[in-house]
Amino acid sequence: MGREALLQVRGLKKYFPIVSGIVFQRQVGAVKAVDDVNFDVFKGETLGMVGESGCGKSTTGRTVLQLYKPTAGSVIFEGRELTTLPAEELRKTRKRMQIIFQDPFASLNPRMTVGSIISEPLVIHRMFPNKREQQEYVEQLMERVGLNPFYINRYPHEFSGGQRQRIGIARALALKPSFIVADEPISALDVSIQAQVINLLSDLQQEFGLTYLFIAHDLSMVRHICDRVAVMYLGKIVELGQTDEVYDNPLHPYTQALLSAVPIPDPIAEAKRQRVILTGDVPSPARPPIGCNFNTRCPVHFDLCHHDPDPPLVEAQPGHWVACHRVTP
Amino acid sequence: MAVLMEVKNLVTRFYTQEGVVHAVNDVSYPLHEGETLGIVGESGSGKSVHVLSIMGLIPTPPGKIEQGEVLFRGRDLLKLKSEEMRLVRGAEIAMIFQDPMTSLNPVLNVGTQITEALKLHLGMSNTAANTRAAELLDMVGISDARKRLDNYPHQFSGGMRQRVMIAMALSCNPKLLIADEPTTALDVTIQAQIIELVKRLRDELRMAMIWITHDLGVVAGIADTIQVMYGGRIVERGPVKEVFGDPRHPYTLGLLKSLPRLDQNSKNSKLVQIEGAPPDMRYMPQGCSFAPRCPYCIERSLQERPPLEPAKEGSGQHLVACWVDVREGVTQSG
Ligand SMILES: Nc1ncnc2c1ncn2[C@@H]1O[C@H](COP(=O)(O)OP(=O)(O)OP(=O)(O)O)[C@@H](O)[C@H]1O
Ligand SMILES: Nc1ncnc2c1ncn2[C@@H]1O[C@H](COP(=O)(O)OP(=O)(O)OP(=O)(O)O)[C@@H](O)[C@H]1O
Ligand SMILES: [Mg+2]
Ligand SMILES: [Mg+2]
Repeated sequence: MGREALLQVRGLKKYFPIVSGIVFQRQVGAVKAVDDVNFDVFKGETLGMVGESGCGKSTTGRTVLQLYKPTAGSVIFEGRELTTLPAEELRKTRKRMQIIFQDPFASLNPRMTVGSIISEPLVIHRMFPNKREQQEYVEQLMERVGLNPFYINRYPHEFSGGQRQRIGIARALALKPSFIVADEPISALDVSIQAQVINLLSDLQQEFGLTYLFIAHDLSMVRHICDRVAVMYLGKIVELGQTDEVYDNPLHPYTQALLSAVPIPDPIAEAKRQRVILTGDVPSPARPPIGCNFNTRCPVHFDLCHHDPDPPLVEAQPGHWVACHRVTP
Repeated sequence: MAVLMEVKNLVTRFYTQEGVVHAVNDVSYPLHEGETLGIVGESGSGKSVHVLSIMGLIPTPPGKIEQGEVLFRGRDLLKLKSEEMRLVRGAEIAMIFQDPMTSLNPVLNVGTQITEALKLHLGMSNTAANTRAAELLDMVGISDARKRLDNYPHQFSGGMRQRVMIAMALSCNPKLLIADEPTTALDVTIQAQIIELVKRLRDELRMAMIWITHDLGVVAGIADTIQVMYGGRIVERGPVKEVFGDPRHPYTLGLLKSLPRLDQNSKNSKLVQIEGAPPDMRYMPQGCSFAPRCPYCIERSLQERPPLEPAKEGSGQHLVACWVDVREGVTQSG
């Protein structure tokens, strides 16, 4: 397997300031949405990113793409450091990195036709001097994602949810990117439509050699589509490894609880399951606990977990990383 | 077990500017005392409208219950006057929703909201109601319950609000709890907490439940009976083990096959996908609503609507509405 990293993320932080005061605004704190995250995405793989709402998955995806300016850290994509790249250079690099959003309803401009939505990035980057060629290319793209090119002049509201997601995918593909952040691309879709979109994404990956960062909270789907998975909790990666390895042998107590909470569509399997029920809620990222972020809900916490510094992400087994004092004392 | 509620031939439509929406089309089923019925189906398949019809909560106009009966402990709920229905709601039948704010009032503290129901339905005094309200919050796992009674809904997290709503719903010991996607907006670890809680309370209080969800895993873990809806109709229904183990409707079969499983590695296979999109409820096909997407569709499926009948060689409790026996496995598209 090729282990060449397409993307290297090191010490990435994104803090959102909390301000107070109406006239004289001053910063009174920060939401530590992404707090010192390290990971690689290998060429041609799908890296899953999972965790509960608010743990920083989307912020990580957007900060990697430089849609948010990082508070600290480095992002190396195809060998170039993005965080210090001049605006014009960054704009060019953007062609290679695209994003697909969760909500196919909100992310498409309702006043633009499908054809103009898909060709917008082509126009911005002046890819086709010839209008005719551009239209042919857009039609090809539509066909490729399973949309009838006949509908090129229709508006988003005339399509179903699954079809709208296909429009978003066609637009993301238009500039022939190498890397796509898919931020919950199926969460808004009916169960019966999700498999269509997932199969399309994996076909496209094969065909164009794409690399995906797949953000999701459907852990069963992540197991199906991702080669490796990163589990986030309160702005940090707590476990990272091959998907099968993490699912069959989770090391972090949070991953164990998270996986045990996912219902399985099989009444016989369900009746036999042992659940780890966590108590309480996720703490606010504006006031994370002292020590390990998980210590307020952890079933196996001990003294060390309540003292800074928090446990670092270390390679406990080859390719299997975990941040927990219990696992690597 | 005795029958607690029987829904008979329920038909609900909405008369909108864009046309008549056939939301619920001739739905009939019994619900037994203590039984948990899980209802699944895609968005727009009539799950919510059907329970709102039972509860007398359909906005009229544009909605209209065209026909049917809902016999609950001998009375037809659809014939009750609105004041009579209000007494049934909350006391004998309680409901919890996906968004707790639809049942919680943002400007009243939760103590007031819970005690009001206790005073209205059970005629409790102020002090008795306060004590009971604290007990209820404690029962749903909210610590420091007495103090939290003074808190307003916004002072609770999403999962806690859901629990407050459950406490309110259970305050008058209902015979039936209807839950419409109560955990869909929650994280899985919080969903697991809520489901454990509801299961425990259900067993303690011996309630019947109707649990609506689009998550087949949730149904597998909580329900005795599963009912699959498509196009405003029941297309399959039966004991959970039987339906999951031996699905007979092409839609149920397709759904189960399209789902990857947490406990299995399916990386090298493709998901089986259901083609097409959900039906437009304004146009009622003559035949089976699933026919346009169905790999097993035959000529008759397009002409004539299949009735809900006992599955061949099934337990008799397992019902399916399909002209084809999917076990014979003849799919038209190959
Ligand atoms: N633009 C912003 N300004 C301030 N805070 C933000 C902003 N975007 C996100 N946050 C906060 O950062 C934290 C992480 O949010 P993020 O959207 O990355 O989470 P997520 O893991 O994607 O959650 P979800 O599963 O709900 O999409 C949250 O506490 C969120 O409220
Ligand atoms: N107030 C209303 N006015 C007009 N149409 C309505 C109204 N409420 C529901 N409908 C329509 O009735 C049909 C059934 O809706 P219902 O809410 O029961 O679906 P559901 O199965 O609960 O879906 P979901 O999973 O999205 O909650 C849909 O086509 C819906 O658009
Ligand atoms: Mg997000
Ligand atoms: Mg609904």
